[in-house]
Amino acid sequence: MFRSVLGKTLGFVGYTVQYGCIAHCAFEYIGEFVVCSGPSMEPTIVNRDIVFSERMSRQLFKIQKGDIIIAKSPFDPNMNICKRVIGLEGDKICTSSASALFKAHTYVPKGHVWLEGDNLRNSTDSRSYGPIPYALIRGRVCLKLWPPNSFGTLSESPTRKIIKTQSDSD
Amino acid sequence: MASGGRRYLRAFVGGFFVAVPVTVTALDRLAYVARVEGASMQPSLNPEGGSDCDVVLLNRWSVRNYEVRRGDIVSVMSPKNPQQKIIKRVIGLEGDFIRTLSYKNRYVRVPDGHFWIEGDHHGHSLDSNSFGPVSVGLLHGRASHIIWPPNRWQRIEASLPADRGPLDTEEEEE
Repeated sequence: MFRSVLGKTLGFVGYTVQYGCIAHCAFEYIGEFVVCSGPSMEPTIVNRDIVFSERMSRQLFKIQKGDIIIAKSPFDPNMNICKRVIGLEGDKICTSSASALFKAHTYVPKGHVWLEGDNLRNSTDSRSYGPIPYALIRGRVCLKLWPPNSFGTLSESPTRKIIKTQSDSD
Repeated sequence: MASGGRRYLRAFVGGFFVAVPVTVTALDRLAYVARVEGASMQPSLNPEGGSDCDVVLLNRWSVRNYEVRRGDIVSVMSPKNPQQKIIKRVIGLEGDFIRTLSYKNRYVRVPDGHFWIEGDHHGHSLDSNSFGPVSVGLLHGRASHIIWPPNRWQRIEASLPADRGPLDTEEEEE
């Protein structure tokens, strides 16, 4: 009797480990569900929206300008940030406000990306802390799941900050 | 026999679906094995250079909460190249003041959520002295043991080099 209990327990543990590992691989390499909070990506993503962020683009290094990404916060690795990619490495970024007379530009260094929220007035992003390393990116937000009335893919950037160069694909 | 072959195939595919996720999860969460290339950590790692590189065991479980100590040898995703991992020693943690070797500022306060890493072989190392403090989110693993070549089997202990370290500990010695 003891042996059958031990056998059943080991079987249970084995199945838990196996399904736990499959879940880890799914969340790490396919995608994960994210609950967003904060106003920095309004109107594209508002507080308490649930989105799906896929991991494949980041693992294959195919994140593009204009993508909305989830990344680890550069100042607290246990927090995540959700912003839009405005520039990739080598791109020219305009750092002064739209109304300034003399525009200041900076170039995104190698291995980094420049992030900005869609709600420029209420977003702490690369305009305050500078470009972040690409390796901090966790995934690309591809689908909004909740609330149901705004289900679907996400819209393009409303801020017109993305400078498309001739080499970009349309 | 056809039925024996089919049973074998089913067992093989079933085993595959168990082995691959378990192995991938173990490599991501528990431990990783990596070959150290280059001379930036001499003499601690790769002391002879050449073709016989050290292989280290990277403990990924111990860094799951991003906890490191000064003097640990860690692997970090390179801020200059996201496809590359670099192995360096942790010299300073957030809040420490560091006297830099070849950085644009002579003295640096390591910002929150960052740390300062350096290779033991100064001058032959691409580290915080060139790209500045590194975000802790880039931490990949802690090198705990050298496992190859066999004559260099050892546990790697956390130790700060004598002349490198945060500025307040240097002041205490005086």
